Amino acid sequence: MNKRLLALLSVLVLASMVLVACAPAVVETEAPVMTEAPVMTEAPAMYECTDALGCVTIGPDEPVHLAYWGVLAGPDASLGEDSKRGVEIAISDLGGKFQGHDILLTTEDGGCTPEGGATAATKLAADTSLVGLIGSSCSDETVGGIATITNAGLTTISPSNTRPVLTSPDRGPDFAGYARTAHSDAFQGKAVAEFAYNKLGARKAATLHDGSAYAQALVGVFAENFKALGGEIVAEEAVAKDATDMKPVLTTISAAGPDFFYYPVFVAVGGYTTAQVRDVAGLETVPIAGSDGIFTADLLKGGGANTLGMYLSSPDFSAFTGDYAGFLTKHEAAYGGSTLSAFHAHAYDATNILFSALEQVAVVEADGTIYVPRQALRDAIFATKDFSGITGTLSCSASGDCGAPVIAVYEIMNSDPASWNPADATNPNPKKIYP
Amino acid sequence: MRTSIGERLLDLAVSGFLWGFRILIVVVVVLGTILTIQAGKYTGQQWIDFVVFGISQGSIYALIALGYTMVYGILRMINFAHGEIFMSGAFGGYFIATWLAGIGFMDQHPMLGLIIAILFGMLISTLIALLVERIAYRPLRGAPRLVPLISAIGASYFLQYTFRGLFGPGVYAYPSISALDGKFNFLGIDILKVQVIVAVAALIMMSILYFIVMYTKIGKAMRAVSENKDVAALMGIDVNRIIVSTFALGAAMAGAAGVLYGLTFRQVTFFTGFTPGIKAFTAAVLGGIGNIPGAMVGGLVLGLVESIGPALFLDSLGIPRPYQLKDAIAYIMLVMILLFRPSGILGERISKKA
Repeated sequence: MNKRLLALLSVLVLASMVLVACAPAVVETEAPVMTEAPVMTEAPAMYECTDALGCVTIGPDEPVHLAYWGVLAGPDASLGEDSKRGVEIAISDLGGKFQGHDILLTTEDGGCTPEGGATAATKLAADTSLVGLIGSSCSDETVGGIATITNAGLTTISPSNTRPVLTSPDRGPDFAGYARTAHSDAFQGKAVAEFAYNKLGARKAATLHDGSAYAQALVGVFAENFKALGGEIVAEEAVAKDATDMKPVLTTISAAGPDFFYYPVFVAVGGYTTAQVRDVAGLETVPIAGSDGIFTADLLKGGGANTLGMYLSSPDFSAFTGDYAGFLTKHEAAYGGSTLSAFHAHAYDATNILFSALEQVAVVEADGTIYVPRQALRDAIFATKDFSGITGTLSCSASGDCGAPVIAVYEIMNSDPASWNPADATNPNPKKIYP
Repeated sequence: MRTSIGERLLDLAVSGFLWGFRILIVVVVVLGTILTIQAGKYTGQQWIDFVVFGISQGSIYALIALGYTMVYGILRMINFAHGEIFMSGAFGGYFIATWLAGIGFMDQHPMLGLIIAILFGMLISTLIALLVERIAYRPLRGAPRLVPLISAIGASYFLQYTFRGLFGPGVYAYPSISALDGKFNFLGIDILKVQVIVAVAALIMMSILYFIVMYTKIGKAMRAVSENKDVAALMGIDVNRIIVSTFALGAAMAGAAGVLYGLTFRQVTFFTGFTPGIKAFTAAVLGGIGNIPGAMVGGLVLGLVESIGPALFLDSLGIPRPYQLKDAIAYIMLVMILLFRPSGILGERISKKA
């Protein structure tokens, strides 16, 4: 009997642990309200914080704390990991120090979903030691979390969100704490449409999205531009993000008779679609294309041999005006192997913009205490002008667009994931083919 | 009990709503079907393709659904960890298939290699199911019915995150087996080889299972335990042993389904079992939970509706992007069938046993 009870108890404990682990952190949502008060009272007489959003106080022995939030688990983990490496290299280039303080980088997973982004943002907002944020990876995460982050007085710079509306002039006050170094898909969708129409001679395009904020918007921009060029969109389909059997929807697309098939989705749907597209009668030879969300070797793992000859749009690495080669050398030394996705350089630039703004506004006391006025930091980031980064000479618009968007279309030359190396001098895979 | 006019009106409104709902769905289905067929957007070959895709997906659902329905039949319990048992089979098959492809065995003896991979997937699934039964369910045998249910949910998460811990969150891709590429030509109809193999393998597995349950001693004992556990025990049947064999059989089916799933869709992650698990549970309820042929029929019907439904019912009604509504179609169909036949397609009786 005792043994039974013990077993029951242990199972219950296990189950409750699992449930607790899965529950969103309800307690922490209350925290942001308190962020200002303690900071104000702790400030010694020497410096009076008058910032509208309060100040972050960093004691003489405390590190300067910034966080990266983005997708670090699941099928799209490469996208987030790639950007995180960019942040880490930027920090190591700064010697790991700011004004003599160590720089501390922590991470928060957003899972590439609005819910995950909201959870991550809630955790970040509760941490009063945070100076600034880099992230998120997926536009969906920003859609879910940005209000919490902005209202907590934090500012985040995203290296890889591309949904156009995130930096539109009428984006609303919730986005006041949001800037990005990534391009807007207003450019990417246009580049792909021009590539398909002018270079491939396509006239009847079909599109597929996975319901994500990113894919939905990008497909829309593509369709608009393709039609403006004189082409026709013969099929606009969509699937759920967890769909695996694509053959029925591909059959519907095939029935429309497209001569170009564009699916700028994420890795899960991208892999399944690519693996199955050639099995569907009528789509055996139709050119297929995706975008930066699947610009990763993981696509080759999921898509297999069918990825050969597939087109992917991405930031144009050869158009970067900064020292990209030097960055790649550091990347090779630190992590080995090729870069994982398309936005490491954007993350590097985002981190440096954050620290250059910090440099301008941080107040350093004689004993080493640093005060960071939050609104001033946000203003300094948005005032960034002619900042020379790897991706280009960057200036931020009033609505947070800091990117220097140059888009290229790449072609996959080899379907073996181990051969992925877009930066290789002699045998790049994928290889830039347009413009 | 007194019934006021208000209550009677409410009853009338509810049943009126339900009838309205049934009529609306039937109208949408009939109208959509007629319009789609009139529009002639799809060729005959394409309709056949839809059916073949549906059968292939449906037979995987059916194999998983068998495990739900057998365990329910014998214990009146929903084994929510069953989706993870399926996922572990897919992982087992992945490792052995990759190894076999690596040493060139898959190219020389593709059929034998596939059978080995399927058997290995079944073995892994069975072992894990037996562990789960022993650790998470058996100690709770006498407990109220909700307790093992919660324990099953815990076991499901535990397995998912154990696999994540062991193999990481990344994607594992099945090796491409050249013998499975390409199409069969059957009476002028092109069918993908891999789908034929999935359907045939599923059919063989289900026949074996049906034979075991209907014509062997252990199958007879299973049916006896399912009828009445206490009386079966009095007749000299070792109930625990029968329950263990039921779990083992159900898990073996799920393991085979896992490998077939891997061969069809090529990717496996720690999260692979979640959606197919829910879908297969739906299939089991659809066919009549506790009923073995019901699970097979339910799986096939669900697969077919998911594959054909969006194109047949919604395409011509002007609904944009019908494939996003695939799951909605499947679940509305579940509601419809349960409205007309509350015990499922083949479910004959609602259990009187607690």
